[in-house]
This record gives sequence, C-alpha cells and structure tokens, in this order.
Amino acid sequence: MFSFIARRLGLLIPTFFGITLLTFALIRLIPGDPVEVMMGERRVDPEMHAQAMERLGLNKPLPVQYLDYITKLAQGDLGESLRTRESVWKEFLTLFPATLELALAALLFAGVFGLLAGVIAALKRGSLLDHGVMGISLTGYSMPIFWWGLILIMFFSVSLGWTPVSERISSLYDIEPITGFMLIDTLFSEEEGAFKDALMHLILPAIVLGTIPLAVIARMTRSSMLEVLREDYIRTARAKGLSPGRVVFVHGLRNALIPVLTVFGLQVGTLLGGAVLTETIFSWPGIGKWLIEAIGARDYPVVQNGILLIACLVILVNFVVDILYGLVNPRIRHQR
Amino acid sequence: MSLLQINNLNVRFGDAKAVPVVDGLDLSVEKGEVLAIVGESGSGKSVTMMALMGLIDAPGIVTADSMTFDGSDMLKLSARQRRNVVGKDLAMVFQDPMTALNPSYTVGFQIEEVLRQHLGLRGKAARLRALELLKKVEIPAAESRLDAYPHQLSGGMSQRVAIAMAIAGEPKLLIADEPTTALDVTIQAQIMELLLNLQQERDMALILITHDLAVVAETARRVCVMYAGQAVEIGQVPELFEVPAHPYSEALLAAIPEHSEGAARLATLPGIVPGRYDRPQGCLLSPRCPYVQDNCRQQRPSLDRQAHSLVRCFYPLNQEVA
Repeated sequence: MFSFIARRLGLLIPTFFGITLLTFALIRLIPGDPVEVMMGERRVDPEMHAQAMERLGLNKPLPVQYLDYITKLAQGDLGESLRTRESVWKEFLTLFPATLELALAALLFAGVFGLLAGVIAALKRGSLLDHGVMGISLTGYSMPIFWWGLILIMFFSVSLGWTPVSERISSLYDIEPITGFMLIDTLFSEEEGAFKDALMHLILPAIVLGTIPLAVIARMTRSSMLEVLREDYIRTARAKGLSPGRVVFVHGLRNALIPVLTVFGLQVGTLLGGAVLTETIFSWPGIGKWLIEAIGARDYPVVQNGILLIACLVILVNFVVDILYGLVNPRIRHQR
Repeated sequence: MSLLQINNLNVRFGDAKAVPVVDGLDLSVEKGEVLAIVGESGSGKSVTMMALMGLIDAPGIVTADSMTFDGSDMLKLSARQRRNVVGKDLAMVFQDPMTALNPSYTVGFQIEEVLRQHLGLRGKAARLRALELLKKVEIPAAESRLDAYPHQLSGGMSQRVAIAMAIAGEPKLLIADEPTTALDVTIQAQIMELLLNLQQERDMALILITHDLAVVAETARRVCVMYAGQAVEIGQVPELFEVPAHPYSEALLAAIPEHSEGAARLATLPGIVPGRYDRPQGCLLSPRCPYVQDNCRQQRPSLDRQAHSLVRCFYPLNQEVA
C-alpha cells in the first residue's frame, strides 16, 4: 500500500507541471489581454496600455513570466485576481462550497437513480423496461448540458413555475455562511422556509449536472450486474433460500458495485467540467461561473490557479476512489 | 413414504416443444440413504437437481406429475414456501468451491446468513453456531477462519465452508453436485469422507452426483445411471457394478481405467450424447449401442424391472445370472 501511494504521488509531479504549462499557454493564446478588457470599449491609449502591462509584469518574455509564476507557486502563493485584487485562494475557498454542494447533490442524484435504473434494467433484461431505461440513459448521455438546462428551466421554472431560475437562494433571505453549504446553513439560520427555498434552487441544477453521470452509472451498473448475476455465488445464495431482494442487493449489487465505483470517481472530472456550464446557466455562484468570468476578463492568475486547483481536486478524488476500491473489494485490500 | 419422490420430471429450455434436457425422470430417495447419480456430461444430472431446488429460471420450464419432498410437492409450493425448505431441509453443495462463495463477504457472514434465515439465530448465537459448523467440517483454526474472505482459502477449505453452509440448516437431504471434481486428488478423498461422516452422523439423505464410479462403489447404496436426460438403469450398488443390465452402464464401467489394464487404449463408447437436433427416434442410446437391434431404432424402451434393477432397454444384459 505504501509503495502504491508513493508511486501515485510521484506521478503527480509531471501532471502538475503539465497543467500549469497548459493553462499558462492557453489563456495567453486567447486574443486580448487583461488591460484591454479592463479598458473596455474605450480606445486604448498605447502608452497607458504599456504602462499597465509593465505594472502587471506582462511585458516580460513568456518564459520569464512562466518562471515567475512557478516560483510564486512553489512558495504557495496563488497570486491575486487582477479584477478584484482579492487573493485567488481566498476567492476559491469562498466559492468552492457552492460548487461542491451542487456537485454532491448531482452525484447523489446520479448515484441513486443510476444504480436503481441499472439494477432494474439488468433484472428485466431484454424487456421493454430494459430498453426504455437504457434508451433514456443514452439520450441523457448525449444531451448537451446547456441545452438540457435551458429546456428544464423553460419547462419547470417558466411554464410550471415550480422552481426558481437562478442563484442559490432567494434574495429574501440573508444567510450567514457557516459551512458554505446553503442547505446546512439555512438549517442553522432561524429563517423560516429558507431551507426549502435553498433546496428548490438546488434541484434543477443538480439534475442538469447529474444527467450525464447518471447515464454512465446506469449503463455501467447494468452490465456489471448482468455479469455478476451469472456468477456461481448467486446460485449459492439462491440455494440458501434467501429472498430475491437479498440475493440481488446483498450478494449481487455489492459485487457489481466494484467497477461502478471506478466510474463514479472518473465522473468527478466530468462533473466539475459540467459545473462550469451548469453554473453559468443557473447563475450559480460557484467556481465554474467564477472561471468563466475570469476567462472573459483575461484574469490570468485566477484562470491559471483556479484550473490548477480543480485539477488537483480531480486527482485527489481519484486517489480516494482507489482507496475506497480496496474497501469494497477485499481481494485488493489483502494484497500485500 | 420416501423422503423424495420425483415422478415424470421434464425440464425444457425454450418452449414446450423444445427437446427435454430431463425427459420423464422418476426418482426416489429414502430417508438417510445415499444415492449416486452417474452419467456423462450433458446427461441432465445437475439440471434435475437444480429443478428440485427451484433454481431453473426462464426460459427453463419444469414440469412433473409430482416432486414430493418431505411430504410437500415442491412444484405446488409458493416461492416463499419453497424458500423456507430450500437451504434448510434441502441443501446443495456445488461443483466449483472457488466460485461458489461470494468474494465480498467473510466466511462467517455467509454461514450466519443461513442460520439467520432459517433458524432465526442472530448475533453471538449465530456466530457461535457458525464456529461450531466450521469445526464440524474440520477446518483448522476455525476461530480465525470466520473472518477470512473466500480468496484467502484453498479449494478444499472453500468446499468445507460450502458444506458447512449447506448443513447449517440441518438438511434432511443434501445434494452434492460433483463436490470433488474441481479439487486436488489428495483433497477429494478427504471431502468425500467428510460428506459421508456427516451423512451417517445426521442420518441425512445424500444425493451424490459424480463421474467417479470408484467413489460410487465405495459410498452409495443405490445408483441411478442417466443418459440424455433419462434414467437408463437404477439399481443396488454391488449388483449394478457386477452385472450391469443396460449397455450404457456396462460401457461406463468398462471405461474405468482399472478395467482396461493391459489394453493399449481405454475402452470407450464411440459418439456423443445426442443433442437437440440429432435426437434419435428410438432408444436414445441406439446410435452408440454395440448391441443395437432394429426395433431399438424405432421405439423407445421404458424403465422396467428386470432381474437386478430397473432398466430402460429391450435387451437387458446379464439377466441369466439371476
């Protein structure tokens, strides 16, 4: 286990440099620079422009800029936003709980319904129900997030008026951020109806963000379950006289879950990518929306380090999944 | 009354017109008896037992005039009622122990599950009973094995655990489906001995499905020879071995290596068990039978009492010895 962790950590170093180099280069490939964006529509005076660029250190040759960036990173300095003058790390910490809450809600939605759909499809293999569930999941998988979000908003928010369209909570409520999770903070606050309001705000974006992971989990669960149900130990379980529910869930699903868990981990990357779009559609004040705005403003430090932080997060989650894998699968746990 | 009485069991896969995998099987087992079922692969031995356990799923179709176990017709029970019998009074040990145990759960959990389901034992009582069962099946260091996972056990150990699970509900009939086929030769004898000890100690009936005729000769009182889904001969053990009446029984016995001593090749019966599309119109063995006559190809014989046994043959062998 120790050498396993060491090897994984060793792999992190090139990954880390790759990400910094990529974001550093990509954001500079986009036409325009922070100063131009700040000046807006007005004509930019070349002299003022040059002065501003010099002040920001953006007039230096690119390799030098990159070296400066890496040196600061090595000292743990993520820099500050060119727009707000706030530290990138602080902004990230403020906004991240919103994204995490949304992602967790989406994952919960995807996990519960994905597993359920997968199990049902596997049990009713070849039936109309199976084809229906799998057809819907394929549709969900192929759905562009922005379009799907807009359709849901049109239907549930505009036509039916069931859910609010944007933000995490109505402006009626003033919630003090204790944990940063709106659902929990509203419970702490004494304001009546705040929790329900926050929940209604969360539902639609969570569904939108969870749709693709749901489809992936459903399909994976189905095929994994079909494989497991053919195993000898399922026959043994039935020969014990156990109820069908116990055979399927205790003996089947537990084993079918092992490959599904890996997919779960891989979906976290997809989820954070999807969060960028979902947050933009629903004006969700999280890091996705933050990054989009930073790209628009050519806010180099925010884009570079924001993406770096997200990448580290994805790596971390996959790392945790690898360890969880061992918990679910005793055959891995006992490998020495 | 017999503990198990199967009358005219048919198992088909597909529709009612499909060729039966088990074809009109009659079989009975007395309380405390050891019955061996022999026959080559595909003769319907395992499927018969699966049908009895209620483990045949669609598209499999199980029909029988009756399949009475311990006073109740298994085919007339509801699924729930049947689950109260299966795993308790009627239990089964399967062929490959390495895949028969669930890899995700400890040995203790899997045994305790039966105790909880059928005997209502929970917590400490269940654990103690599971430990007793592991000792009963002669697993060394039983205490520590309770928390072991199947992949930490050898094949022989796994089969002992599977046996412990099967006898946990104090079955009246234990079905062992080739319980030693997947094991090392040295372990095979131990497992067989364990099964027979348990059978005698508990006065439990045992159906032993096997390829190993030597094992049959040593253990069983009665033997049923199956071919292509039919019982072709059912008889007492020494007689059937000494004076087989069915040509197929004779061929099976001739194929034992000891019987071919000095010969360049093992005696074999040419051909294979007829499949779905080449099922003969007459006796199912007629294409392979060395004694075949004309009417064998036209009509199917029924299972009739002959000198020493029940035989499905128009021209049974070794009748003069009577």
